[in-house]
Amino acid sequence: MNALWSLLRRDVLLALRRPSEVLTVVFFFVVVAALFPLAVGPERTTLRMLAPGVLWVGALLASLLALNRLFEADHRDGTLEQMLLSGTPLTLLVVAKIAAHWVLCGLPLVLLVPLLGVLFDLSGDALGVLALSLLIGTPVLSCLGAIGAALTLGLRGGGVLLALLVLPLFVPVLVFGAGAVEALAAGLGSGAHLSVLMALLLLSGLFSPWACAQALRIALE
Amino acid sequence: MRRIPWTHYAAPQTFYGLAGVWWPPLAGLALALALAGMWVGFMVAPTDAQQGEGYRIIFVHVPASWMSMIIYLAMAFWGVVCLVFRARLAGMLSQALAPTGALFAFLSLWTGALWGKPMWGAWWVWDARLTSELILFFLYIGFIALTSAIEDPRRADRAGALVAIVGAVNVPIIYFSVKWWNTLHQGASVSLTRAPSMAQTMLWGMLLMALACWAYTVAMVLYRTRSLILQRERHTDWVAQLPECQPGVRA
Amino acid sequence: MNWESWSAFWHMGGYALYVWGSVGGCVVLLALEVLWARRQREQTLEWLRAEQAAAHGGDGA
Repeated sequence: MNALWSLLRRDVLLALRRPSEVLTVVFFFVVVAALFPLAVGPERTTLRMLAPGVLWVGALLASLLALNRLFEADHRDGTLEQMLLSGTPLTLLVVAKIAAHWVLCGLPLVLLVPLLGVLFDLSGDALGVLALSLLIGTPVLSCLGAIGAALTLGLRGGGVLLALLVLPLFVPVLVFGAGAVEALAAGLGSGAHLSVLMALLLLSGLFSPWACAQALRIALE
Repeated sequence: MRRIPWTHYAAPQTFYGLAGVWWPPLAGLALALALAGMWVGFMVAPTDAQQGEGYRIIFVHVPASWMSMIIYLAMAFWGVVCLVFRARLAGMLSQALAPTGALFAFLSLWTGALWGKPMWGAWWVWDARLTSELILFFLYIGFIALTSAIEDPRRADRAGALVAIVGAVNVPIIYFSVKWWNTLHQGASVSLTRAPSMAQTMLWGMLLMALACWAYTVAMVLYRTRSLILQRERHTDWVAQLPECQPGVRA
Repeated sequence: MNWESWSAFWHMGGYALYVWGSVGGCVVLLALEVLWARRQREQTLEWLRAEQAAAHGGDGA
């Protein structure tokens, strides 16, 4: 447990010292949210309808941006191999890495979304559900993305390859995340969608760290 | 049950020989089945009441879809064997399966579009099955891209195996979510799954075509694996002594 | 038999483009796959033969 916390703290501190990466993610999200209305016109009903999808896709792509570097820095300076050889179970260390990624990329998006939702004239309820769906969904993206990051470790063209590998896996999260807000708008209530998202979170939380650890071993041996 | 010498058959050298013997008859079988299937589908099966002659696309669309899914499962299966038993041949079989699977997925989309256009007026409808097929196609492309990008064959095999397994586990989840998404947004209720009520002959036609595709796939995989074996085992004696590898031979 | 004449067969009740486009697409792409697989094998064999020639040439000298 100690190892988990210390690794998590270390990653977050390191990233905060060189904030460009976190800022890139945040900036990208804001830009997507700001550009869409410019592209589709200021009609408020259209914007309200598009908002969940646009913001979710923006969050998804923003998460992808930072996934590339999840293991890269540690791989380059040999820390990753040390982690492999250390006594601590690799799965635990992977959980720490995934948690760090979420804290640095997912959480800012969740915190920003109420602000950006205003650009799309979303109601308070819709904003709430959107933020909640992102809160549950972005960790899933981090979990699944980590597997892709481990598999593409050190490969040329890694970013595109990572996106290609991981986007099909993201589809259910996207469908239920954006769907939750749309269901609310349709009067059906977002409970079902959010429950499915929770289930996805539990499943990916249980299996992704293990799969990611396997992928790291494959990449490093 | 007599003990089957798995390790013997799993040796690339044995497999090379066996595959060389089996792929030609399987290819012949595929051709024969395809001709029979096309005959039944186009000459024997009657015109559909609702869709006219256009429905005959199912004789290529449905087998292609089935194969694209079966092949992915086969890839995942060999992926498990590769990771658990560390069998080199399993990794090669997975990689040999992928291009054919991707091709069938693409053909499923291609024929699906050509079926949808006259029937529902659009080249593409976000029907649950077509959308899932599109995602399956991307899963294939991802597998192929990853295994091509890794230079070390062992790492490529094992990384591909993990991708295939993770993908296979996710396919039901993806299909379920796409179905949910599709029914919720039911604007025009289009569904390419609403196949015409099947006459016996139509089913026979599809079955024959599906078997033809299966035989083709097995023949293709055996053939392609032989090439992979030659590449991977090029430093061994038995490869050096193969007749087709002697310089000056036009094999 | 379904068709009164060959031209009726090709016409496919007006769906010719779609039906033959589908069947044609399948045939073409599968044929291309076969050709590609054969080419891969030929390239591998050529490479192996060249290696053999080089090795034996070296021994001879």
